[in-house]
Amino acid sequence: MEGQELPYVLIDCIGGRYGVYEDHAEFLEKHFHLITMKEYLENKKFLSKKIRAIYMWYHKPVIKEELLQSLPNLKIVASSGVGIDHLDLNLLSRYGVKVSNTPFVVSTDTADLGMALMLASSRRLVEGYQIAVSPDTEYFPADWLGAEVSGATLGILGMGTIGYKVAERAKAFEMKILYHNRNQRNKEEESAVGAIYCKKIDDLLQQSDFVLLSVNLTPQTHKLIGKRELELMKPTATLINISRGLVVDQDALVEALQNKVIKAAALDVTYPEPLPRDHPLLKLKNVIITPHIGSATKKTRRLMMENMMESIQAGLTGLPIPNEVLL
Amino acid sequence: MAEEELPGVLILDIGGTHGVLENLVPLLKKHFRLITMKEFLENKKELSKKIQSVFVFECRPTVDRELLESLPNLKVIGNSGVGVDHLDVKMISNFGVKVTNTPHAVADSTADIGMALMLASARRLVEGCQIAVSPDTKCFAVDWLGVEVTRATLGIIGMGSIGYKVAQRARAFDMRILYHNRNRRRKEEEEAVGAHYCEKMEDLLQQSDFVMLVVNLTPETHKLIGKKELGLMKPTATLINISRGAVIDQDALVEALQNKIIRAAALDVTYPEPLPRDHPLLKLNNIIITPHIGTATAQAIRMMAEEAIANMLAVLNGQPIPSEVFPK
Repeated sequence: MEGQELPYVLIDCIGGRYGVYEDHAEFLEKHFHLITMKEYLENKKFLSKKIRAIYMWYHKPVIKEELLQSLPNLKIVASSGVGIDHLDLNLLSRYGVKVSNTPFVVSTDTADLGMALMLASSRRLVEGYQIAVSPDTEYFPADWLGAEVSGATLGILGMGTIGYKVAERAKAFEMKILYHNRNQRNKEEESAVGAIYCKKIDDLLQQSDFVLLSVNLTPQTHKLIGKRELELMKPTATLINISRGLVVDQDALVEALQNKVIKAAALDVTYPEPLPRDHPLLKLKNVIITPHIGSATKKTRRLMMENMMESIQAGLTGLPIPNEVLL
Repeated sequence: MAEEELPGVLILDIGGTHGVLENLVPLLKKHFRLITMKEFLENKKELSKKIQSVFVFECRPTVDRELLESLPNLKVIGNSGVGVDHLDVKMISNFGVKVTNTPHAVADSTADIGMALMLASARRLVEGCQIAVSPDTKCFAVDWLGVEVTRATLGIIGMGSIGYKVAQRARAFDMRILYHNRNRRRKEEEEAVGAHYCEKMEDLLQQSDFVMLVVNLTPETHKLIGKKELGLMKPTATLINISRGAVIDQDALVEALQNKIIRAAALDVTYPEPLPRDHPLLKLNNIIITPHIGTATAQAIRMMAEEAIANMLAVLNGQPIPSEVFPK
């Protein structure tokens, strides 16, 4: 090839259930020389010095110190999605490696899924579907009821980009919106969605019919919702989690759901993912769980890939990195 | 007023599988003497004259010619719900009896179910739940994808109260909203939700990512969506039905879903309800069906009863009737 070689970028694999999508790889190959982990391990001697970036798609390849030590020219790790709780930022910083994520592109899909979970849980959609298709169903009972979303009170914990988009959607359902956040949003932002700030999380928990978690996972938000918080919630309330499994004390949640301390839960995230097959959460009637699909649409995943590509290109040419994650 | 002197209202039953919900009984008893079908049949001679109204709850009791002939003082059929396709309004009218429905009470909860079905279908929520709890699940595949709702195009067929509330909700998802209706809405109403009128339903079908049916069932809307209409839709589109099962040609829908003419369907209503257990719609994996739960919330049920009662009392008291349904 004439002129500059394409930069060498390490990925886990292409295709299959866990790899970089084939159509994404095709596009990336126009800008990068993609090296799979398999190829790297087979030719470490030559490739280790060439690799200048890692394209981390859904937490793979896993980055340990051993890998960082063997990639002397690694400049940047581009991670898919907004969450970075799976990365050791201190470690990467020590090796002078920059990090980027894809915070904004996932927002609308994740907010949409939060609304989908709230509606599905409240109206008992999954149960209803099972009745509609069950071989035993002879008639639809008249006394089978769900609860109204329109006009109910939604408490949003974490009013970042995603939380705010949830508020925008919930407003159209004439919901009363309460929120708790590290920082209060400004007046225009609040009145645009009719959101009322709750300085104390307890106030939000006590008044909400739906409590939606859209915080990021940090040491401060780890087990943010535990036994105490669940007991403050109304017994008719539903907990919705679109953030990270560890934001909720799962054992406390199981107990609260078993004892009807709260009415129901709808979780796109758990810890771990998937849950062990004998986990009590899988057996409860008043839980719906989805397999971490907050950003799982074709369009969004494509945008994520493009964002990651741009971050890597900027990182390798010394330009300001879009979506850089700073310590 | 003594209970005996209150106007009689006929209901199918209290409680059980098809009866009026028990918590609605005090509401009804405030204004009416409650007479169940069983009581009526056991004492027709005395009770037939007392019954001035029938409260139809979940399409029951059936109002046929025989019943109408045996109720000489019947003035009104108060239906709980907005759809009256289960009532022969013309026949009832020929007996000098009025029919009323409850368009306001149903609107929010039905619009909510429309949104719930659209989101659940687009994001493959039911399938996702099955994967999350399946004993065979070891890892979550990353190439498992749904389609976007935000910024997609929603085509609403039938822009009455319910359709308009759907548009209000969809707007907050930044959806592009097209609509088709017998009559065009006023400019201010269109602008408030950013809805574009499609005079020709074909235009709406060709441009929409989601097509939602929110019409009432009439001879004109019977099998409104058939093979031709399904063929006009995008192969990536989803059909959502919150109106009545008979608005869709179900056989054509089965074929369209089997041959991937459209991506998926989400139905709160079918014909009949429930479907026979061997019906092909139940076997397809690109469909979700819910058991006609558009108004299945405690709040909606209560509001529907209140609205029906207000309508029935208006008829009995000779006052303007809020929601009378006229024969065509």
